[in-house]
Amino acid sequence: MPLNIDHIRGLFPVLHQEVNGKPLIYFDNAATTQKPLAVIEALSDYYKKDNSNIHRGAHTLADRATRYYEATRGLIKTFINSKEEAEIIFTKGTTEGINLVAATFGRKFINEGDEIIISTLEHHSNIVPWQMLCEEKGAILKIIPINEAGELDMEAFDGLLSPRTKLVSVVHVSNALGTINPVEEIISKAHKVGAKVLLDGAQSTSHLEIDVQALDCDFLVFSAHKLYGPTGLGVLYGKREILDAMPPYQGGGEMIKEVTFEKTTFNELPFKFEAGTPNIGDVIAFGRALEFINDLGKKEIKAHEDDLLSYATEQLQAIKGFVPVGTAKDKVSVISFNINGMHPFDVGMMLDANGIAVRTGHHCTQPLMQRFGIEGTVRASFSVYNTKSEIDTLVASVSKIAKIKNK
Amino acid sequence: MTIQDIQNEIIEEFSILGDDRESTIFYIMELGDKLPEMPEADKTDEHIIKGCQSKVWLTAFEKENKLHYLADSNTDITKGLISLLIRVLSGKTPQEIINAELNFIDKIGMGNIIGSQRSNGLAAMIKQMKLYAIAYQAKINA
Repeated sequence: MPLNIDHIRGLFPVLHQEVNGKPLIYFDNAATTQKPLAVIEALSDYYKKDNSNIHRGAHTLADRATRYYEATRGLIKTFINSKEEAEIIFTKGTTEGINLVAATFGRKFINEGDEIIISTLEHHSNIVPWQMLCEEKGAILKIIPINEAGELDMEAFDGLLSPRTKLVSVVHVSNALGTINPVEEIISKAHKVGAKVLLDGAQSTSHLEIDVQALDCDFLVFSAHKLYGPTGLGVLYGKREILDAMPPYQGGGEMIKEVTFEKTTFNELPFKFEAGTPNIGDVIAFGRALEFINDLGKKEIKAHEDDLLSYATEQLQAIKGFVPVGTAKDKVSVISFNINGMHPFDVGMMLDANGIAVRTGHHCTQPLMQRFGIEGTVRASFSVYNTKSEIDTLVASVSKIAKIKNK
Repeated sequence: MTIQDIQNEIIEEFSILGDDRESTIFYIMELGDKLPEMPEADKTDEHIIKGCQSKVWLTAFEKENKLHYLADSNTDITKGLISLLIRVLSGKTPQEIINAELNFIDKIGMGNIIGSQRSNGLAAMIKQMKLYAIAYQAKINA
């Protein structure tokens, strides 16, 4: 059944405001999605009624907070279909998830001469931690190239794989272009040479159904705030046998079993990787975000977003001076583009004057921008609460702006 | 005209545009179009103003004790902004430039229009223009 978008919009307080005298049109969803009232209220309720430090507390509030906190872990297990809750580790976000794997799995299992494969599409957060590790270890970073459409060159990937490949760390969906990568193929090929695979799911988890067991990925990282949840919270999924073999990340409370000054034994999963008091309130509120997605249905959300994508693409393409960047066959609801003769900053600012929020610049993917020989793009990204009438306004504005330099 | 006279003129022009942000931005871009061209050879890394998100090149030369600026940018809005600064400061003595209080920026609500990132860039441009004036003043005093 198609979604009732009017009803959905009603759940998001932030959408109902004017910006620069125009109704807000929020097309910066790939940067962060807005939050439904249930998430906002859960945060406030937690601090009003339940605030307490979790685990080990011998009182009612601590017990309640612990149950609510762990309930979100259960929701995430179902959301990505992991085998067990212990494989779900809370982080600060996608970036921390990648850094955690680099600092633990990487330090232990990647050595001199070993190879790590990433792709041209990566966000800086899936480039820099590996560069740092390679520098430290004398390991080698290899890059899967892309074609003009912004799709991975899978033949080149085959050529990069070797028995020296220890890890393939790739983005599931490109944040800058929206390309959906053929991760099933990447994972099975990487496993054939004995490499592990980390999927950067920052952009994919909000659009695609994710089943880590079916995918057979070794790690999956993503952020709550791109999934209608709070900022400063993310998830690292890892297969138990790999997480068990990894050394801890940070030392401190929560992550220990027993501490003496002579020796410390570490707690079991997932707590081994969750040192210190975690982001309790945000974890609990994230549960409401996941329920919001579950209530709507991922398939239904994607159908609506795909509809918006094709509607917008068709109309924008007709505008003189409109230059799409990234035209992959398989895409999520992201349109990256430039206007002939104009800088993306200027286009973004003029759209903002019309109440339209987009992202401009390199999208933390400078090597990708260099690949296309551009400084940046304007990126409009659509979410479940966006409408065709909002896209009509975008098209009219882009059309007007493009005319300045494309008469 | 004094620096303040020119600023008043700009404030007057922008007041005609009113609150319409889109027309204000279009106007700023048009101003950028009228900026005298900067020789390509001057667009070197050493002339890039640090602190701007977009690229801005700025040079200055002295003629009959007055300082003149040449500038360019890779974005049209930034070019418009720097053209306003040049209109206010170019052709003035280094001392006048050093002493100048650029109140037109606040009065036309520029910070609100261009946002915090570009406001930082604008501040960096002004700083660089004043640094040129200080350097020329020091030369004169020497």
